[in-house]
Amino acid sequence: MSMNRREFLQMLAVAAASGFALNSRSALSAASAGGFYDLPSFGNVSLLHITDCHAQLMPIYFREPNVNIGLGVSHNKAPHLVGEKLLKAFGIRPGTVDAHAFTSLDFEKAARTYGKVGGFAHLAGLVKKVRANRPGALLLDGGDTWQGSATALWTNGQDMVDACKLLGVDIMTGHWEFTLGAERVKQIVDNDFKGKVDFLAQNIKTNDFGDQVFQPYVIKQMNGIPVAIIGQAFPYTPIANPRYMTPDWSFGIQDDNMQKMVDEARAKGAQVVVVLSHNGMDVDLKMASRVTGIDAILGGHTHDGMPAPSIIKNARGQTLVTNAGSNGKFLGVLDFDVKNGKVAGFKYKLLPVFANLIEPDAEMAGLIKKVRAPYEAKLAEKLAVTEGTLYRRGNFNGTFDQLILDALMDVKGADAAFSPGFRWGTSLLPGDTITMEHVMDQTAITYPYTTLTEMTGEMIKTIMEDVCDNLFNADPYKQQGGDMVRVGGISYTCDLRQGFGKRINNMIMKGKPLDPNKKYKVAGWAPVAEGATGEPVWDVVASYLRDKKVITPRKLNLPRLIGVEGNAGIA
Amino acid sequence: MNYLRRTFLRGTGAAGTVAIAIAAGLLKPGQVLAAEWNKVAFDATTTADAMKGLNVAGAVESKDILIKAPDIAENGAVVPVEVTSKIPGTTSIMIFVDKNQNPLIADFEFSNGAEGFVSTRIKMASTSHVKVAVKAGGKAYTASKEVKVTIGGCGG
Repeated sequence: MSMNRREFLQMLAVAAASGFALNSRSALSAASAGGFYDLPSFGNVSLLHITDCHAQLMPIYFREPNVNIGLGVSHNKAPHLVGEKLLKAFGIRPGTVDAHAFTSLDFEKAARTYGKVGGFAHLAGLVKKVRANRPGALLLDGGDTWQGSATALWTNGQDMVDACKLLGVDIMTGHWEFTLGAERVKQIVDNDFKGKVDFLAQNIKTNDFGDQVFQPYVIKQMNGIPVAIIGQAFPYTPIANPRYMTPDWSFGIQDDNMQKMVDEARAKGAQVVVVLSHNGMDVDLKMASRVTGIDAILGGHTHDGMPAPSIIKNARGQTLVTNAGSNGKFLGVLDFDVKNGKVAGFKYKLLPVFANLIEPDAEMAGLIKKVRAPYEAKLAEKLAVTEGTLYRRGNFNGTFDQLILDALMDVKGADAAFSPGFRWGTSLLPGDTITMEHVMDQTAITYPYTTLTEMTGEMIKTIMEDVCDNLFNADPYKQQGGDMVRVGGISYTCDLRQGFGKRINNMIMKGKPLDPNKKYKVAGWAPVAEGATGEPVWDVVASYLRDKKVITPRKLNLPRLIGVEGNAGIA
Repeated sequence: MNYLRRTFLRGTGAAGTVAIAIAAGLLKPGQVLAAEWNKVAFDATTTADAMKGLNVAGAVESKDILIKAPDIAENGAVVPVEVTSKIPGTTSIMIFVDKNQNPLIADFEFSNGAEGFVSTRIKMASTSHVKVAVKAGGKAYTASKEVKVTIGGCGG
């Protein structure tokens, strides 16, 4: 179901009159006056921020998580707030358009009311509008831009490279970009981006001599003020993704070198220092407490749509930490008022991109149409109809992940299945047709091989404990930012009061405790080891869907959680 | 990036750096094996025993030993570790990995006021503390940092 802009505005009025879903008078009156996106200018330095769009050129649905648990230093703090707890923390009224943008509350009903989000033509329209009263504003892209869709995979990232240049991206850093291979990344940076987009990463060095692979930072003049932007790529790329994609490069957090870069930029006269980061928000928060002299860290990776920055005090002042969501759903706008050589004030707004409220940019719409044309028939193939909502986000499972697990176990004849805890992937509403494009939205990677492996019960537990620690290690610098591996065929408990190796317990398969010494057939996909082969996961899922035709609401295999009473990361 | 340097070294083959160091007179071949091999310490199966074998069992914690190592190793087989000892009169730096089968990784000796700095790559079997002991002025000091070794995958 889709509406044009006029129908949408009428719908808002009708909905308001009947008291349906919408009761925020300000959002409504602003929307009907076309002023939802009127953002008064402030100060003299402005940064626009997108991140983790995962190559979504078209408007989509995207359901925010209802489970995003924070422990220890992260307990009940942003970004580990969901549902009503998030609304309360940020002063957002329930039932409003913002409540829908930032939470999963009433997702189906609200998604039908407000329609799809994102899309580069609409994003381009919004960027132009916001830039119009912010002369000199820079557009920063936090990465995970060249991966996540069929067209990005099939064009080797070229569709997104061209779209970002047209969008007017000035500066970029990366993560999934590197899964196209080091050579392809260098080719784009040295050719397509040359003189147009600065690709920055202070924390990527060569393995042999520790030489900088990309420029660490740039200093740009904005309304007479020197502004430094430092790039921070995803520190754990060669661990979370295949090492062989970037065999000669070393990553890591490297906050010593970050401090050096900040000091160097300040010494060169930068009055504002901003880090464009793909660390993930928990790592950014820790970094902000340790590295001094940064005015703001504009972050991504963990896909946290945070309505307001976290303000972190450190030895020499304070640093703002933001995170701008995912899948093209948001545009972050940070305005600084710089006086006497330093930041005197700021305003931040994370604007949700509602396709029904924005006039799409014609030139971008044209480019997208051209890029998709050769693939339209393949993308549009109807595979099945879903009866329930399909989504991915959540610490332990999502309905789309469950569907992938069910398909893997069924097609491969496995006892159990693993699916990676990726946080990208679009959502579908009940009654929607699942097309090949939607399957690719969940699976489009350069190492899509499915595997069937004999594993002992002990090995299965070891893998689950390892991934769980990547999510819940008490030290954010030892977290990788994805979610828990999705598990099919095995129920378990997860005790979050415990440390490494002791969290996963009571593992049951088909009514029997998992035997540590017995071998089980486990299906999976996205192996990081070099030389892996296997049928691409999208073919496995597509054949399952063609066979089933109707996908009944999925029953989520979720662990019983222990030690999370009162946690604001559970809705 | 210094491409010339890389191409040059690549051209000299896998053992290039060592060969060049010897050719330049920086290392005498005999020096590598000159120091006596401390079999007891290198064969020890616990850090405590290895430290005993090196006479640093009573080492005291020091903030003047800086260990630079990744929080999560990119590859457990080659973990880059840099140690700087700012303690005056440092005569040796020892590196241990608690969870390795034989924890003692290396024992570097310094003389004639050489700067207390080593940069090396170590092998780690699993997540462990990397422990460093330093001998200086007849006393022993220590520091440690945890390095996580993970199976990988599933991120992002």
